[in-house]
Amino acid sequence: MTDTFVPPTRFAVPGRIAVSEQAASVWQTATLTGIRRETARAATFRLAVPGWPGHLPGQHLMVRLTAEDGYVAQRHYSIASAPDDSGHVELTLDHIEGGEVSGWFHTVARPGDRVEVRGPVSGFFAWPGDRPALLIGAGSGVVPLMSMIRHHRARNLAVPLRLLVSARGPEELIYAGEFGAETTPVFTRSAPEGVPVGRMAAAHVAPLLAEQPSGGWEAYVCGSNSFAEHASRLLVTAGQPVERIRIERFG
Amino acid sequence: MHITRGFTGRPRVADPGLPPGQYDAGDDWPVLSAEVTPDLAPADWTFRIDGLVDQPRTWDWEEAHRLPPSAYEGAIHCVTSWSKFGVRFAGVSLDAFWDVVRPHGSATHAVAYSHTGYTTNLPLADLTGGRAWIAWEYDGRPLAPEHGGPARLLVPHLYFWKSAKWIAGLRILDHDEPGFWEQNGYHERGNPWEEQRYSGD
Repeated sequence: MTDTFVPPTRFAVPGRIAVSEQAASVWQTATLTGIRRETARAATFRLAVPGWPGHLPGQHLMVRLTAEDGYVAQRHYSIASAPDDSGHVELTLDHIEGGEVSGWFHTVARPGDRVEVRGPVSGFFAWPGDRPALLIGAGSGVVPLMSMIRHHRARNLAVPLRLLVSARGPEELIYAGEFGAETTPVFTRSAPEGVPVGRMAAAHVAPLLAEQPSGGWEAYVCGSNSFAEHASRLLVTAGQPVERIRIERFG
Repeated sequence: MHITRGFTGRPRVADPGLPPGQYDAGDDWPVLSAEVTPDLAPADWTFRIDGLVDQPRTWDWEEAHRLPPSAYEGAIHCVTSWSKFGVRFAGVSLDAFWDVVRPHGSATHAVAYSHTGYTTNLPLADLTGGRAWIAWEYDGRPLAPEHGGPARLLVPHLYFWKSAKWIAGLRILDHDEPGFWEQNGYHERGNPWEEQRYSGD
């Protein structure tokens, strides 16, 4: 029996790209070159990675910190920056209560510090810029989606791109100053004068799905599990095909 | 190994149950499925084993529940680096299914597939000998949909992406065939104790 097995269901989300085995399996030293405050809880950390093999928007990397006694902590973080040839990547991290890795970045790290990274890893949430993309994120779930928006702008891509982003309030909206006409923010707790407050709803998704660009949307959903469940159900209910919804849930 | 300036890490005692590079998630149980959680009722759930076996067979919910019950209590390990201790799953050992279908002598691997179309590959040896289950209960309650309910594959000695949620079947092969995450840069076997996270590890 040598035939390739195809499961008897329509498959959720085939992968987008091949991943370089070598890039994903080698740890390299990265040097922190800058820190940018985004919101009270989130900051962007710019890393120089001399041997960075390049990435696609939506991919992530692994960061490893090592204590003096040899204790190691590693975490996956989405890459915020667009692919370029600057030899740098940027990560935007929330300061998590009690988080040993995000805590180090937010309270100890300073330019010149070195950490280890490997990647990019995982091709499934990648967006090469080839298909119309409908992006839905909440909180720090906007990070890999911002990489896509930045890529779209840097390359002057004509392919349709839309972002629906949820935050508790304007002051918690990461990258607030960078969004343009492609973005609709949704505020769940407080909003500027005249802007409604409430959870993302069918009314936010419907106009985007009404657009239906040529070939349809590829949907990318990123955020907490509860948000991802909610947003993916809104998409399915609005008629987006299940196999064209890619979900990245932050654990 | 490069010491990170000023990094101490969380208070910890060396835990022999924690594989390298993992941390204890405590009460958390993160969900990391890449697809939309399916709305699958037990009455619509089926589980099939075919390929290189003497007796290909499909079980429905009732038939699967008539097999001898079996439980797992212990740890699970996710490739994203969290581990969870003292989890309690209940269902049926895969051995009870093997007794019925009888894999051929030439069988070496399985592709597990979900009702969503998710796939993952496993050596047959990892699915036998009391080390793998079809699980439908967690902590004495029906397994929640976001965790793979009504039933998931459970192979706790490998990274948890191998424990396919919403399990629909196993196709038995005489060769290895990478599944969804394995085609997306992850390791073909995924042994946490060897830290086999990505292709090439």
